[in-house]
Amino acid sequence: MLTIENLHAEIEEKGILNGIDLDVKAGEVHAIMGPNGSGKSTLSSVIAGNEDYEVTQGSVLFGGEDIHEMSPEERAHRGIFLSFQYPVEIPGVSVTNFIKTALNAQRKAAGEEDMPAAAMLKKIREKSSLLGIDSKFLSRSLNQGFSGGEKKRNEIFQMAMIEPKLAILDETDSGLDIDALKIVADGVNALKTPNNATIVITHYQRLLDYIIPDFVHVLYNGKIVKSGTKELAKELEAKGYDWIKKEVAG
Amino acid sequence: MEFKDKLLDTYIAFEEELGPKDSIQKLRSQALKTFENHGFPSKKQEAWKYTSLNSLLQSDYLLFPKSEKAVELNQIKHAFLYEIDTYKVVFIDGVHSPFLSDTTHDGLDVCLLSAALSKPKYKKLIDTYFGSVADNHESMTALNTTYAREGAYIYIPPSVVAEKPIEIIHLSTGDQGAVWLQPRNLIVVDRNAQVQIVERHQSLKEHRVVTNCVTEIFAHQEALVDYYKIQNDLDSASLIDNTYIAQDKNSHVSVHTFSFGGKITRNNLNFYQNGEHINSTLKGITLLQEKQHVDHYTLVHHAQPNCESHQDYKGIFSDRSVGVFNGKILVDKIAQKTNAFQQNNNIILDDKAKVNTKPQLEIFADDVRCSHGCTIGQLNQEALFYLRSRGIPKKEAKALMTYAFANNVLESVQIPTLKKKINKLIANKLGVNLGFDL
Repeated sequence: MLTIENLHAEIEEKGILNGIDLDVKAGEVHAIMGPNGSGKSTLSSVIAGNEDYEVTQGSVLFGGEDIHEMSPEERAHRGIFLSFQYPVEIPGVSVTNFIKTALNAQRKAAGEEDMPAAAMLKKIREKSSLLGIDSKFLSRSLNQGFSGGEKKRNEIFQMAMIEPKLAILDETDSGLDIDALKIVADGVNALKTPNNATIVITHYQRLLDYIIPDFVHVLYNGKIVKSGTKELAKELEAKGYDWIKKEVAG
Repeated sequence: MEFKDKLLDTYIAFEEELGPKDSIQKLRSQALKTFENHGFPSKKQEAWKYTSLNSLLQSDYLLFPKSEKAVELNQIKHAFLYEIDTYKVVFIDGVHSPFLSDTTHDGLDVCLLSAALSKPKYKKLIDTYFGSVADNHESMTALNTTYAREGAYIYIPPSVVAEKPIEIIHLSTGDQGAVWLQPRNLIVVDRNAQVQIVERHQSLKEHRVVTNCVTEIFAHQEALVDYYKIQNDLDSASLIDNTYIAQDKNSHVSVHTFSFGGKITRNNLNFYQNGEHINSTLKGITLLQEKQHVDHYTLVHHAQPNCESHQDYKGIFSDRSVGVFNGKILVDKIAQKTNAFQQNNNIILDDKAKVNTKPQLEIFADDVRCSHGCTIGQLNQEALFYLRSRGIPKKEAKALMTYAFANNVLESVQIPTLKKKINKLIANKLGVNLGFDL
């Protein structure tokens, strides 16, 4: 589904990614871990098409298509979804209005008509209850004044509505207490099918107790320095990142 | 001959035509003198520093266009709130159109200023109100007063609630070349009365038209007035709007100004608070493209204690458009416990667009709350990426953010049909087909 080869990217002429290789197939869950500043968020931004970053080498193929020249919306239309580490506050746009606009934009891009209002409402009800979101929340301005947990829950709600092929969860666990973490993880797991894939980006192993990865990769200095199974995450939790750093240096 | 000279020379014939029945003859000749001495405002004056009328004064204009041309209802439907029932006072090239109007004398007066100025039964009212809040030392207002003879006359008696909105529509056909229109509206809302008014100036085809309009509004005790100005004219039309509002105690008056079009638009909006516990609201959305120019020049004069004023103007500027905001708040020494709030936020979408914004606070009382804030910025790029990452195309994402930016001005619009219409106008201006009011 997603094939990344030798990806280099920089921001303001500062190299952040220095040759990433990653292959994600349908039905798989990949976790990307690593110390702060290793390039985890940059990788997710680059896949989603953030124009602040410049790709200087390598390629990203999605469904066999090179997405280098694609705008963020074109990538979204093809099925890429990024759950933001810091969802942006947009005063004046309600959660409901936003998700309707997004969903209908996706449908339009696929050559479909707008979703009928009743069907939209039903879907919103269904997906919001899956994530324990009440209806008052839906009429609030997008992310404005939301707690950390509400913001993340809202991201997963959007993911549930959009039903992407590839979901990238960027530090979705940060700012969540254990109850919220469970709700979010349950939501993600409920959306799992053999046809979609998930990349979980996290600093801590905690989330991986609830969203079980098939593969774990360690990102350090803009490169994947180690890959393994979920056992690797446990090892990182127990030993920290220093041994990886030493291994790379040695 | 310069246009100013023409304006001065025409007066003698105009005065003769009106004859002895004219109730405001004295006021006119004083106003003519003011205009003769001051002439048109120029950029040398502080109040007109950022707006020049020179480009409008290069050509000649017809001052008194001929009577009504036949206008197809379908052609002008878009200028009205046609989905709901309203009173209408409609003028075509400055002349009243009985066919398009829906006036009344049943329980309230929604009619013509020309009648009020010439009929004896209105004389006392005209003597009391006409020209009493308008600043006749200001030359554009003086010019309007000199030639004022037509416009809307509205009187809401004590404790009457006007059960439907009143539309004041000035249409310009362009059938007679360049025209200079000077409508004059007089609105008196008596004690505890309520009214909603929508005012619009609209050209029906591209032609040179300058409208120098004066509106006087008197809100007596406990009166409630909601006034909406829709400025979405063609690029060949300019508007100098002079609105003066006198408020008595416990009255609430709000003016919303939606400036989406026109060549040069100058809004002189003046509130005078003459009692305690008055609430004045001034709000606006300015959404400009190409070389459009809109200048908001507001004054709120707090002359009594315990009053409030709220100003909130949002501006969005594309291409080479220019926006000006000058908001003056004057708090007299006796006006303790004044609560005055002013905000002007602007978004610039193109390098060539320009905004000049200036708060002007003159506070002589010591126990007041006055706050003001001006911002000029761009659309938040991070937010734009967020929306696009959800599949919303760039143009729609920008439109959504622009709409969100201006949205709180719309929240206080009390006529749902009007709100919908404004939403649609904004979507059209932004070139998107988005239902914002979901």
